[in-house]
Amino acid sequence: MTGRGIVLLALCGALLLGAPMVADRYVLSVLTTVLWFAYVGQAWNVMMGFSGLLSLGHALYVGLGAYASAALFVHFGIGPWAGMWVAMLAATAAGCFIGFLGFRFGVRGVHFALLTIAFAEVARIGFDHLQWFGGSGGFFIPVAGDAGNDLLNLRGSPELFYYVILALVLAALALSRVLLHSRLGYQWLAVREEPEAAEAVGVDLFRARIAAVAVSSALTALGGVFQAFYFNNLFPEQVFSMGRSIEIILPAIVGGIGTLIGPILGAFILTPLGELLTFLIEATGFDLPGLKQLFYGVALVVIVVYRPDGVWPWLADRLGLVRRPGEDA
Amino acid sequence: MPFDYYLNIAASGLLTGLVYGLAALGLSVIFGVVRVVNFAHGEMMVAGMYGAVLLASLLGLDPILAAPIVAAVLFAFGWLLQRGLVNRFVERPEHMQFILLLGIATIILNAMLMLFGPDSRNVMVPYSFDTVEIGPLLLDAVRLRAGAGAIVVTVALFAFFRFSRTGKAIRACADNPLGARVVGLNIDGLYALTFGIGAAVVGIAGALMTLLVDSRPQLAPEYTLLSFIIVIVGGLGSLPGALLGGMLIGFSEAMAGFLLDPSLKSLFSYGVLIVVLLLRPQGLLGKRS
Repeated sequence: MTGRGIVLLALCGALLLGAPMVADRYVLSVLTTVLWFAYVGQAWNVMMGFSGLLSLGHALYVGLGAYASAALFVHFGIGPWAGMWVAMLAATAAGCFIGFLGFRFGVRGVHFALLTIAFAEVARIGFDHLQWFGGSGGFFIPVAGDAGNDLLNLRGSPELFYYVILALVLAALALSRVLLHSRLGYQWLAVREEPEAAEAVGVDLFRARIAAVAVSSALTALGGVFQAFYFNNLFPEQVFSMGRSIEIILPAIVGGIGTLIGPILGAFILTPLGELLTFLIEATGFDLPGLKQLFYGVALVVIVVYRPDGVWPWLADRLGLVRRPGEDA
Repeated sequence: MPFDYYLNIAASGLLTGLVYGLAALGLSVIFGVVRVVNFAHGEMMVAGMYGAVLLASLLGLDPILAAPIVAAVLFAFGWLLQRGLVNRFVERPEHMQFILLLGIATIILNAMLMLFGPDSRNVMVPYSFDTVEIGPLLLDAVRLRAGAGAIVVTVALFAFFRFSRTGKAIRACADNPLGARVVGLNIDGLYALTFGIGAAVVGIAGALMTLLVDSRPQLAPEYTLLSFIIVIVGGLGSLPGALLGGMLIGFSEAMAGFLLDPSLKSLFSYGVLIVVLLLRPQGLLGKRS
């Protein structure tokens, strides 16, 4: 990254840190949503962007994380900071199981993506029938009221949640950067680009891929824990839905797959775009169900046709934020 | 008479499965040739359903007679889609094709939601409540006709790919795009034709489906997933496989809905999918790559 890039990044970070001072409740809730998608997009990016494994069922890991932590809290009074480890463990176990099945049996590409969808759908239907988790009627975490901020149990004001998710995003960004420049990260890139060549130079394909799934699913589960305690309600139809899985992966694809900033930028494009559309539709009084989603679809097509590598690589190049290959510092 | 019960459930499941199979056939044709996964498949199917609903309510046309008109419209749509947008994505990575078609699916789905609203629409035909007795079986007339329609279209499609020059050219494209280009075939034109055929086939499946279920825009994502499951189970690129897969899924859905909870019926389809992916990833009738 160039000096200009670092300055701009620091500026954005400062703006986000100070945002709650000036933003009203609505803007803060939008920012929280943006950051949540940035976070889970970052987590998904570890699998698809770094290792080339297309998962279309990441809602599974969000849901497992959300349900595990929420159930521990409601049934046993175990707070989210302890429950998140169980949540991560559950999601990682599921991820590794799917990965094990897929990689051992040579399920690749579209087929692997379908396997991930299938497991997410199985979980959706399964949780619909699990009464301990509330079944299809939903699972609820009691709302604390105005008891003040309780970071230990993750109960409190919108500002508290905003800072928690901001911290998660920054931590995931840092972790992704560290991973990408580690031995494992280089193995992932090799596996993504040329699996045969990587194997020939001694990379254990199976281990590298399973590691990517494990990291990605564990990170995604934390997003689920946050979601459970932020919204206080969980419905299998929403949490595990195919639509949710797609929402999770869109920011990373729009922003730029395999880049560190891409998922964050993508989330900052897509969520406000949706809000803007809602606003425009309400302002013009031309309200039809589906109109907003229709524009959303058009926007997707336009972005993928004109910026197929995502917005970030193009933007970074335009603004001179990253060094071009071969250029000296 | 419990055995007759099961036999009846099985038979009606298999007949519904034929229509599922026809829908999956469209997906299989597109994927087998263009190598693009049509994530807007269920949306195209529901568009076909609404086409039949519209023709029935405006002209009083039977869905079986509406099917050719629906097929022509969807053929044109698929052809234009391939020419205009999908063609430039053929060489691009899978996830980009996925996003493109997801965008298109979102547009189709919500356009239908705006045009027709979220409520279910059904088609009434004079034989809606008739039943036909065949030996121990007591079958709905609508189901028999829908199944028969699916078989007719499937046979026509087979004949087209097997015997016509264009069909052979399309198969050549599927086997070896480079080789097909070398011998002078117009690949882009054949791809557009294939996408059009795939869209037309799923449109017919949609029109036939209106005999069996009420049309709702929300069915679209379900049908997309269902078509995928069937194609994977039957074997990618295998036309008989798609039909067999459709019947298997139709059968297991009917049985699960009867023996267990109807809300658990798709769990069975996913179960079948997972087992097939693991034990025979190329599908029941697919060739090992």
